[in-house]
Amino acid sequence: MSRARHPLSWPAAVVRHALLLASGGLMLLPFVWMTSLSLKPPAEIFRTSFSLLPAHWYAIENYGKALTAAALPRYMANGVLVCAAILALQILICAPCAYALAKLEFRGRDLLFGLVLVGLLIPHQVLAVPLFVLGYSLGLLNSYAALIFPFVVSPFGIFLFRQFFRSIPDDIVHAARLDGLSEFAIVWRIMLPMAMPAVIAFSIFSVVSHWNDLFWPLIAVKSPNLMPPALGVAIFRGGEASTEYGPLMAGAVLVILPLVLAFVVAQRWFIEGLTSASLK
Amino acid sequence: MRMAIGARYDASAGRADVDPSAKVLPARRPGEAVAAVALAGPATVLLLLLFILPVAAIVAIALTDWQFGTKSLHFVGLANFEGIFADEAFVASLRNTLVYVSIVMPGTVLGGLAIALTIESGGTLRDFYRAIHFLPFMATLAAMAIVWEALLHPTIGLVNGTFAAIGLPTANWLRDEATVLPVLAVIGIWQNLGFAMVLFLAGLKSIPQDLYDAADIDGADRWLDRLMTVTLPMLGPVAMFVVIVVALRAFEVFDTVQILTRGGPGHASEVLLHTLYRESFEFLRAGYGAAITVVFLVIAVTLTLVQARLIDKRVHYQ
Repeated sequence: MSRARHPLSWPAAVVRHALLLASGGLMLLPFVWMTSLSLKPPAEIFRTSFSLLPAHWYAIENYGKALTAAALPRYMANGVLVCAAILALQILICAPCAYALAKLEFRGRDLLFGLVLVGLLIPHQVLAVPLFVLGYSLGLLNSYAALIFPFVVSPFGIFLFRQFFRSIPDDIVHAARLDGLSEFAIVWRIMLPMAMPAVIAFSIFSVVSHWNDLFWPLIAVKSPNLMPPALGVAIFRGGEASTEYGPLMAGAVLVILPLVLAFVVAQRWFIEGLTSASLK
Repeated sequence: MRMAIGARYDASAGRADVDPSAKVLPARRPGEAVAAVALAGPATVLLLLLFILPVAAIVAIALTDWQFGTKSLHFVGLANFEGIFADEAFVASLRNTLVYVSIVMPGTVLGGLAIALTIESGGTLRDFYRAIHFLPFMATLAAMAIVWEALLHPTIGLVNGTFAAIGLPTANWLRDEATVLPVLAVIGIWQNLGFAMVLFLAGLKSIPQDLYDAADIDGADRWLDRLMTVTLPMLGPVAMFVVIVVALRAFEVFDTVQILTRGGPGHASEVLLHTLYRESFEFLRAGYGAAITVVFLVIAVTLTLVQARLIDKRVHYQ
């Protein structure tokens, strides 16, 4: 590593670890507390003395209640469905456009790229009222389609793919054309496989954003059967379980668990994917 | 992977018999325009329908007295804008948002910088420390807000329990007008700190080793000397960038307010996006909500344009 020429003296190294363990401990505290409460019976939760582990394990009751009383499996399945549909449509629609912008000459190309840049400028919440009206007039509200349609085209996706496609040499496109590949085949069989790092970064960004999104689902759906995880857990809290911290915390654990597990496995990809959006 | 492609490309370009002009795609091949329409058409139509048209619509709606569910609609000029700035709740919302940003932004940037510098100062466990500090940024905030509510609970919460044990004042943090906004800001810092840290870590990596070597020769060989003479000056542009990005994220605070306080008590934690949501979708005052949206849009676009200028000037880390 670049600064290794000045290795820390051992007291300095101890201080470094102590500081980072302390700040890291504070960052993790809500996660630890959440897990701890999710294992405890109500009597221990409402006791004013604190302990990390329960005296009486109550995990089965809490997680059981979160899974049955709150339709949590349904919320999570909705999340998987909505995130997968959004991501698939985004790639299907953005990749060909990005290829055209990166490698083809056509009238209006600069104008189209200008549109993409304007799209990047706009925070999505600004679009809520007109998209609600659009969804209403198309009869899409309170359906899976309502959760999906505002996000099928991603200016960030087009921008990111275009940047990556531009770095792929034109010679490769020529060779593919000489081999008789159509322009569409070039996008799917040459460009996207070569742009895998960009595809993975974008996929993580997209899935994490929409799994966690509360704002648009709150507007788009009313039926509990359609709610994605963030909205579902909010409704669970607002309902009968508002004071039942055990099941509530169990529900929170289950909602964040898929992303946290994926993050532990693919830390670098997650950090790259989630920060790339602000470097656009 | 990109390097491998680059190497192949360079090898072929170096051959004497390759016509250099052949690397450029021939302009306007027959059929290229047709292919471009087929490839870019769907995205173009959807960009217009889902982004450009709605932005035009929001500005137009802001100039009317439209309410959701009614058929009547009148042009009222700037009356909605006069209305929101005369509305105590909106002014409180705008002021609260600015206060929130002015706590979260410096807290996140300075905290993220401190943690990045501490991680970078040694060679061990870097990935581990980076991961645990980054975790809150990607965990579902709606779920974590509920956990924070438990932590901040007036009687059984860990915060009050700990504060009471060490003699600090306790409070009903989320129900007290004086504490609610700072407490929400602490949650905001907790959530965004790892994000700022990652941006600073990348900035630190991009500082050329030469500069540290030169500083060594000049006698700046202690950690603090190198920090003051090389690291912090070189990090200035990255810091500017992080400030804007974090400010943008802080302006978009919504989930914690919606779940924990609904803007209360009173208007003490009312923030722009929550007011926008309430006016538009709970009170169904579309024209009024649209005027708030336009204010939000102007702030966000201004910040994003400043951020784009910073990137264009190559003052970011890659």
